[in-house]
Amino acid sequence: MTESGKARPVPPERLRRILNGTLLGQGNEIPDYEALFPGNPQAKAPLYEAVSLYRSKRIVPFDVPGHKQGRGNPDLRAFLGEDCLTVDVNSMKMVDNLIHPTSVIREAEVLAAQAFRAADAFFMVNGTSSAIQGMIMSSLNPGDELILPRNVHRSVINSLILARGTPVYVNPGVHTGLGIPLGMSPAEVAQTIREHPRAKAVLVNHPTYYGVCSNLKEITRLAHEAGMRVLVDEAHGTHFHFSPDLPVSAMEAGADMAAVSLHKTGGSLTQSSLLLLGEGVRSDAGYIRQIVNLSQTTSASYLLMVSLDLTRRLLALKGREIYDRVIKLANYARSEINQIGGYDAFSNEKTDGDAFYEFDLTKLSVHTRSIGLAGIEVHDLLRDEYDIQVEFGDLGNFLAIISVGDRAVVIERLIAALVEILERYGKEPSGLLANEYVKPIVEMTPAEAFYAKTDLLPLLAAEGRIAAESIMCYPPGIPILAPGEKVTKDVIDYIEYARAKGSLLTGTEDDKVEYLHVVRL
Amino acid sequence: MAKELWFAEYHDDNTRLGMRVTRELVAMQSEFQAIEIFETPTFGRVLTLDGLVMLTEKDEFIYHDMIIHVPMAVHPKVQNVLLIGGGDGGSLRELCRYPEIEQIDMVEIDSEVVNQCRRFLPQVAAAYDDPRLNLIFADGLKFVRHNTDKYDLIVIDSTDPFGPGESLFTKEFYGNCHRALRADGILVNQHESPYYPADAEEARLIYQRLTATFPLVRVYQAHIPCYPSGHWLFGFASKRWDPLQDFDAERWNARGLYTRYYNTDLHTGCFQLPTYVKELLESGVE
Ligand SMILES: Cc1ncc(COP(=O)(O)O)c(C=O)c1O
Repeated sequence: MTESGKARPVPPERLRRILNGTLLGQGNEIPDYEALFPGNPQAKAPLYEAVSLYRSKRIVPFDVPGHKQGRGNPDLRAFLGEDCLTVDVNSMKMVDNLIHPTSVIREAEVLAAQAFRAADAFFMVNGTSSAIQGMIMSSLNPGDELILPRNVHRSVINSLILARGTPVYVNPGVHTGLGIPLGMSPAEVAQTIREHPRAKAVLVNHPTYYGVCSNLKEITRLAHEAGMRVLVDEAHGTHFHFSPDLPVSAMEAGADMAAVSLHKTGGSLTQSSLLLLGEGVRSDAGYIRQIVNLSQTTSASYLLMVSLDLTRRLLALKGREIYDRVIKLANYARSEINQIGGYDAFSNEKTDGDAFYEFDLTKLSVHTRSIGLAGIEVHDLLRDEYDIQVEFGDLGNFLAIISVGDRAVVIERLIAALVEILERYGKEPSGLLANEYVKPIVEMTPAEAFYAKTDLLPLLAAEGRIAAESIMCYPPGIPILAPGEKVTKDVIDYIEYARAKGSLLTGTEDDKVEYLHVVRL
Repeated sequence: MAKELWFAEYHDDNTRLGMRVTRELVAMQSEFQAIEIFETPTFGRVLTLDGLVMLTEKDEFIYHDMIIHVPMAVHPKVQNVLLIGGGDGGSLRELCRYPEIEQIDMVEIDSEVVNQCRRFLPQVAAAYDDPRLNLIFADGLKFVRHNTDKYDLIVIDSTDPFGPGESLFTKEFYGNCHRALRADGILVNQHESPYYPADAEEARLIYQRLTATFPLVRVYQAHIPCYPSGHWLFGFASKRWDPLQDFDAERWNARGLYTRYYNTDLHTGCFQLPTYVKELLESGVE
């Protein structure tokens, strides 16, 4: 605070019209972490440092990318800013190469492995989908079995097509009140392992989109006992690694590999991700890298990779503090939303020691059926009437992601808007579909069906046939129907119901999702 | 010789208002925003939040007259008031001139604004000791959500729609205010300016959201020299009272309140808007 009477110059940054409530020039410098955390190896960000050094050298580029630090594309430079384009560089000695990392990318990966307590880590630039592909394709040979829950992300089913693997589904538990699919019960996993002793791996959603976690430690024990790998889709669980109040992380549980969407709740750029390796596959790192390279670009974006490096540093140094705040915000939102009446912002109290073993407290999953609106309808009202975008809504729930970037004021807005929606649009809860999960009937593997000769039929006429492609609502992107599964009346009803409620359907060649390729008889 | 010191506020990307600064009294970052108070030869002391002028000693009477006396001359009996924002104290000062008001709940997010204004702008922050005041430091949106059918008048004396005041311009906030008002309650709000495009867009959105929430919405105007373009709007959103039909000039004049800007002739005139402003506001409403 300034003492009265003391004349001081008005700093130039205050002479600017200020947007977003932050003073220009404030909060724009990266702190000196090495001074703040002396001796902590995580205070380094080797890739970020190398790319910054490259920029400062003003090297004359006679290499790609052709925009040449933005000069060749003034429109793009005006949009993204010069700073951004000068670090959109190609792989070269100074900044290493993701296909075969030996210097700064490698160092950054090793730091990431340490931060996540993994044996090794790979930077991924084609999303967590590519990390999932890496896990599955490096664990299965054609024809091999993979034990998994059916409520997986499309990237898992797609990887099974590419790997020509055979899915063995464990029925996820379904919560009767909420209608949502849960995790896997260890007893069911044990039973499936006994029936399919030659399966190569067990894949676990950790957490599901809704924040539901299985007993990962126990499932890992069962799988390892049977000589199977444990692959974890940890797309929505980046933060598990940084807080003791959250479910066990994949690496802590002893899993063999985990796909971690640093971009989802961690704060890195969209499309950047991590593949973590556990002790069990440390010696296979070379082969796994080879598999990843089968489909990985040779021009990995340095914007994405630097964002991974900086995000890893931030989370390693401050993750605890950050996620404490996130959990507080989410808990506050839940308690306020539950006081409105009607909505059920559920949490730990729904855990059952089995298929709903743990809950991710940062997920603000809200059950809406008792206000007479489908989750997708609340999602649409929030967006259209209140300019609030939540992650997704399905039939009975919507999900708001609370993450590193959230502030108390916007939580208040969400709560206030939900009060309004209940008052203005709430109805009697009749006629709403109760269940988010339709049990699949598997007739052939996804690859067999996908590559089979097919007929194109109107969806409504496809009953009784075997689907050759997937149909899903996006998000969450969990196939309602996957290749190789029987098209039943229940599935068709579910799809048409979701369509009528306004869900975005996708997955088929037909972009309106009115026609479906089915396996020719 | 000492260099001249100038404060400038950009009113759009290419236009700014400059004031020569003779002395800076406060320059601090609170939990929510940057707060400054400095002295100028023309406008006297000036309060800025996040670099934007909130008030000056010389012309603050205009804003505070218009946001308080217009609704007070319409509603026949205001007893319970909710004032959201207004940490400088000017709106509170004007409210306290009405003896029939029994309680004023004032919800300001930033206690530092109140502290600094009490210290350096005592003529504005003049009524903080009034016994009817219930001062609460909290988020306005959160506070209002917990109240139903309680207030005769809600005054939204906020900063701009970015920064700490952003939630006070949203449809959910207006909806929650509607619920907090009694069946004949009135809401008045700082409604931005119709002139520079960025401000005008906000004004259009505010009007759109208010009309989606209240059965009766009118906009009125004042001339405030220190604000962008000098032309400022206020919103009058009401469940029952019409600001012109239910306005009783005699009743208000009988109070004998002296106001340097507001008068009962101006009351009628300030609701008569320029054509371009009418077009702007109507363009956002189906
Ligand atoms: C459970 C799950 N796994 C994997 C992915 C794939 O992640 P990405 O979009 O980064 O490829 C997603 C993305 O939505 C997901 O929800």
